[in-house]
Amino acid sequence: MARKITFSKAINEAMDIAMERDNKVILIGEDVAGGATVDHLQDEEAWGGVFGVTKGLGNKFGRKRVIDMPIAEAGYMGASVAAAVTGLRPISELMFNDFIGSAMDEIMNQGAKIRYMFGGKAEVPLTIRTSHGAGAGAAAQHSQSLYGMLTAIPGLKVVVPSNPYDAKGLLLTAIEDNDMVAFFEDKTLYSMKGEVPEGYYTIPLGKAEIKRAGDDLTIVAIGKMVQVAESAANQLAKQNVEVEIIDPRSLSPLDEDTILQSVEKTGRLLIIDEANPRCNVATDISAMVVDKGFDFLDAPIKMVTAPHAPTPFATNLEQLYIPRAETVVRTVKDMIGELTLSR
Amino acid sequence: MDKKMASWMFTKMNDIRNFENQVQKIFATGEIPGFVHLYAGEEAVAVGVCAHLENLDYITSTHRGHGHCIAKGCDLNGMMAEIFGKETGLCNGKGGSMHIADLEVGMLGANGIVGGGFPLAVGAGLSADILENGGVAVCFFGDGANNHGTFHEGINIAAALNLPVVFVAENNGFGEATPFEYATSAKTIADRAIAYDIPGVRVDGNDVTKVYEVAEEAIERARNGEGPTLIEAITYRTSGHFEGDNQAYKSESDKEKWPVEVDCIEQFKAYALENKLLSKTELEELEKASLKAVEEAVEFAHHSKVPNEEALTENVYVSYK
Ligand SMILES: Cc1ncc(C[n+]2csc(CCOP(=O)(O)OP(=O)(O)O)c2C)c(N)n1
Ligand SMILES: [Mg+2]
Repeated sequence: MARKITFSKAINEAMDIAMERDNKVILIGEDVAGGATVDHLQDEEAWGGVFGVTKGLGNKFGRKRVIDMPIAEAGYMGASVAAAVTGLRPISELMFNDFIGSAMDEIMNQGAKIRYMFGGKAEVPLTIRTSHGAGAGAAAQHSQSLYGMLTAIPGLKVVVPSNPYDAKGLLLTAIEDNDMVAFFEDKTLYSMKGEVPEGYYTIPLGKAEIKRAGDDLTIVAIGKMVQVAESAANQLAKQNVEVEIIDPRSLSPLDEDTILQSVEKTGRLLIIDEANPRCNVATDISAMVVDKGFDFLDAPIKMVTAPHAPTPFATNLEQLYIPRAETVVRTVKDMIGELTLSR
Repeated sequence: MDKKMASWMFTKMNDIRNFENQVQKIFATGEIPGFVHLYAGEEAVAVGVCAHLENLDYITSTHRGHGHCIAKGCDLNGMMAEIFGKETGLCNGKGGSMHIADLEVGMLGANGIVGGGFPLAVGAGLSADILENGGVAVCFFGDGANNHGTFHEGINIAAALNLPVVFVAENNGFGEATPFEYATSAKTIADRAIAYDIPGVRVDGNDVTKVYEVAEEAIERARNGEGPTLIEAITYRTSGHFEGDNQAYKSESDKEKWPVEVDCIEQFKAYALENKLLSKTELEELEKASLKAVEEAVEFAHHSKVPNEEALTENVYVSYK
């Protein structure tokens, strides 16, 4: 049987391999090593990231390539952009995606626009790794899923892996990509185990994966929501409803064809997105399907998302905040109607 | 300092220490969701500063906010319940450890965003200035935060507009696992005041009487319309950055020295005895009362209910029209 490792380790391996293959790849962030200049540590890292995702990289590649930064997101994100333009291939870690407020200008106005504004003269081979997602009791400023906000920005690519295998292959692609890529890691997936080959492999951006085939309804699910979709699909299968699950894997570029082909087959689309409901990726995909595949639809498109509210701290409320399989099952049943169920 | 103040300060420092000890113990059982950053060891800073503040004065705080909350007068029961995610919490269980706030006592919130407090304190200072209510705003922040852009923007605005804001750095040597000296180009945080043409003072943050003196002068200046001051209190966090931190970056000698030799509560106890501010019996009684108050807060939190489901979408706006 193939080797199983965690989501966290898969991401770590991708960085390790990328740094071995190309010495222009550097890792930048807050406490990505930890304990810089502490006497008794010598050059040993103290942490390897707040979640331990970058563990061992500082020890292996040294502090010249694994660089701890002051708490200055605007400063080091802007520096990462220009370092990318001027010869390096940085991986820049934003500890929680919620901190993007502190680095947004550098991402949105500098990094994402430089190539276009300069008439194609610049390349920005920068990968921004960041954590997202509710479910860790981390409350309103540490639980958001902000990939939709970045998907809206031209010049920036956005990747949201749902499992360890994809995380490794997609991150290697992101690092090698000559555009700026924001790579979103759900913090509650870090301990998820899955089969991951050793060594180098890549997964292209803009290529969705059909996680489960079915004829009755299409579910597009982002990141951890793939698990919610799978759980709903298992329940629905017992009632003879076969859903098709699509994991877009990258939101920008978006594999529109795979989604449209599936909707053409099933006639029904439900999208699960943990982000808040306004102007998110679910509404974006919905608009795309209405625009390009309206004739395929036999029922209105439905979306299951977090409510239009910040993430609450209390555990019981947080559980309600995150999209759940039971909501998906209920919504699917509504969409399909009793007729099909009694088939 | 009179007897009343001494007993207030001793109580507050004990409340914070006992509160954090309880949180640490309960967090280890898994009953508290998320993560907590403890203030144990740094009590003298919050207490020495807040000793000069009234309810109309505001403070802004950090992710390590329990101490600031207690010193500013937040209710222990409401705080503990908040950390447990209960309906009776100061924020109805919706904020948690990093977002405890109580506007009635001038507590403008702990903060999950490092550097988030600087501009907020400036805003509270602006209100006080324009409303002419005699209030001041105090911004507590860590040594790590002194490298964030908001530090510089906030202090410059306060200084340029001569606002009643006092900036209080808690230099505990580390921002997470990164030493202050590595991350900061200046020799001291107080030195950075020079760039904004305001007073910058360094003080022993484990000696509450010294913090008390320095803060008195700074807060007086602010109240009298003489503008901001930057105070740098040197201290040490005896716990990890968060609970569960391996603390590999701390030296053994520091780990041994700080909690014992320079413990702020022990120091103040000796001071109060020596200066006949409080007797041994009085100190013991205050200690006991504090322990009891914190134990009651834990009981209160345990027995409180979790929020109703409707709370999920309440208070997003004032008006939904
Ligand atoms: C904008 C932002 N960046 C990073 C973090 C993650 N973080 C939380 S606390 C912390 C260290 C803060 O250090 P310091 O200001 O010295 O405060 P201390 O924890 O020592 O009290 C960091 C980096 C954050 N919460 N917000
Ligand atoms: Mg610090």
